Amino acid sequence: MLEDRLKRAALETQEYVRLCVAVARASVTRPYYRHDIVEQFDAIGVGSLTVVLLTGLFTGAVLALQSGLTLDQFGARSEVGRLVGASMIKELGPVLTALMVTGRVGSGIAAELGSMVVTEQINALRALGTDPIRKLVVPRVLAGLVMVPALTAISNGVGMAGAWIIATGQLGVASSVYWNSVWLGLYLEDVWMGLIKPLFLAFAIVTIGCHVGLRTTGGTQGVGKATTRAVVAGSVAVLAVDFFVTKLLIVLMYP
Amino acid sequence: MSDAPDTLDVPARDAILDGQGAPAVVFDRVSLAFDDKVILDEVSFTLLLGHTKLILGASGAGKSTVLRLILGLLRPDSGVIWVNGERVDEMSEAELMRVRGHLGMVFQEGALFDSLTVRENVGFKLYEETRLPLEQVHARVEEVLGFVGLTDYIDRMPSELSGGQRRRVAIARAMTVKPRILLYDEPTTGLDPITSTSIDEEIIKLRDLERVSSIVVTHQLRDAFYVATHTAVREDGRVRVEPADREKCQEAEFIMLRDGRICFEGNATELRGATDDYLRTFLS
Repeated sequence: MLEDRLKRAALETQEYVRLCVAVARASVTRPYYRHDIVEQFDAIGVGSLTVVLLTGLFTGAVLALQSGLTLDQFGARSEVGRLVGASMIKELGPVLTALMVTGRVGSGIAAELGSMVVTEQINALRALGTDPIRKLVVPRVLAGLVMVPALTAISNGVGMAGAWIIATGQLGVASSVYWNSVWLGLYLEDVWMGLIKPLFLAFAIVTIGCHVGLRTTGGTQGVGKATTRAVVAGSVAVLAVDFFVTKLLIVLMYP
Repeated sequence: MSDAPDTLDVPARDAILDGQGAPAVVFDRVSLAFDDKVILDEVSFTLLLGHTKLILGASGAGKSTVLRLILGLLRPDSGVIWVNGERVDEMSEAELMRVRGHLGMVFQEGALFDSLTVRENVGFKLYEETRLPLEQVHARVEEVLGFVGLTDYIDRMPSELSGGQRRRVAIARAMTVKPRILLYDEPTTGLDPITSTSIDEEIIKLRDLERVSSIVVTHQLRDAFYVATHTAVREDGRVRVEPADREKCQEAEFIMLRDGRICFEGNATELRGATDDYLRTFLS
């Protein structure tokens, strides 16, 4: 039983690595399917905008509410901007955006590709001489690599705006004090970290969604299971990749 | 040491492959197993140019696997597979893409791309994989849809079509690039007899009018015998499907698979006269 599980895990890992290698190779060689790339930019980027805006806004607002209470104990309410800014840009923005994208995009990719597998559309693609990796996976990965960092930046901005609403409206912090505090609390390294991490998270989310989708078996029930697996594996991967990339970036950027 | 070249140049090879009696597909002692389950066990057969192989067998006998092996969607554990003069069993995926250019496959249920229209489905390969001018692609799409009698459905989505229409669109999609070989995976399963006959006639027309070699996997005996014993002729610009003469019937060979092995190989007359208990049970 345990041996079977280990074998299956090893096989999944091997297939995932093979997919990543194939994606890397296909990303730098022709043919490219430009129409599909543009379509995925829209589906992954524009399509996720609403959920990311709402997540960022409420996260920033609640962070201001909570940190306001804590900072009051030290008489440092005016520093709320510094705390919210650093938290959003370094950690909460990238991770929460990635989790939202996992829920929306990772599951969608797994369901779409899974349906194509069980209805033999993937085999039909191959029979027609089209490589499914180039046609289906590469456009999604490229769109993820560009749009997730962009969505993260937007989420950070909206989060700080949400925190500003609470800081000025409820905590009584002057607007100029808030933004000055945000500015003072930010370092260039933090901004870089906030932009580099989403690249790794996006790659993990999209490739896991594609891998799970392309390995779907068992009809419509299998598609449902694949969707769930993509969200669960994607969410765990987001948190794990975030930890390791953060650790690496701290070593590299904060000597 | 021989001075003969290892491989022929492309025009010389094509001349041989286009000749009468040339082998289109060769299976030489092909075996495949998934874990402990044997799917194919030393299966050998040859499909000649312009001929038809009708592969029969119970569910799970390995019929569809044969087609997937020809396309290179699966690899055999042992044995050799030749398609259009090229050995496909040890090719990379990139090399297989070239071989697949001369193959067409009609999947069970059609496997149409459900987010694309009939026009985009049928012209998929020409739109995506060639640089042909759009007018030429449109013209070819309309031509093949005309061949299967579905020109009026060109802008419909697959979900708006009946089961039979979907199969005919799938046939049109497979023939768009004028393949040398067409593979049909259960093309009439789940269809009523009248629609099934119309699909059978498309298969016959492609074989006899376009000279396409065919492999038909099915467990529908009625359709298999219909394809084997009929021929298509063009008279005064009109196409008619009629009973084939004895010589034409010889060009359609049946293969019966049982537990991964070939238990019968022969023409329609020989199959009807078979005395083997399993075959008699299957035929009854």
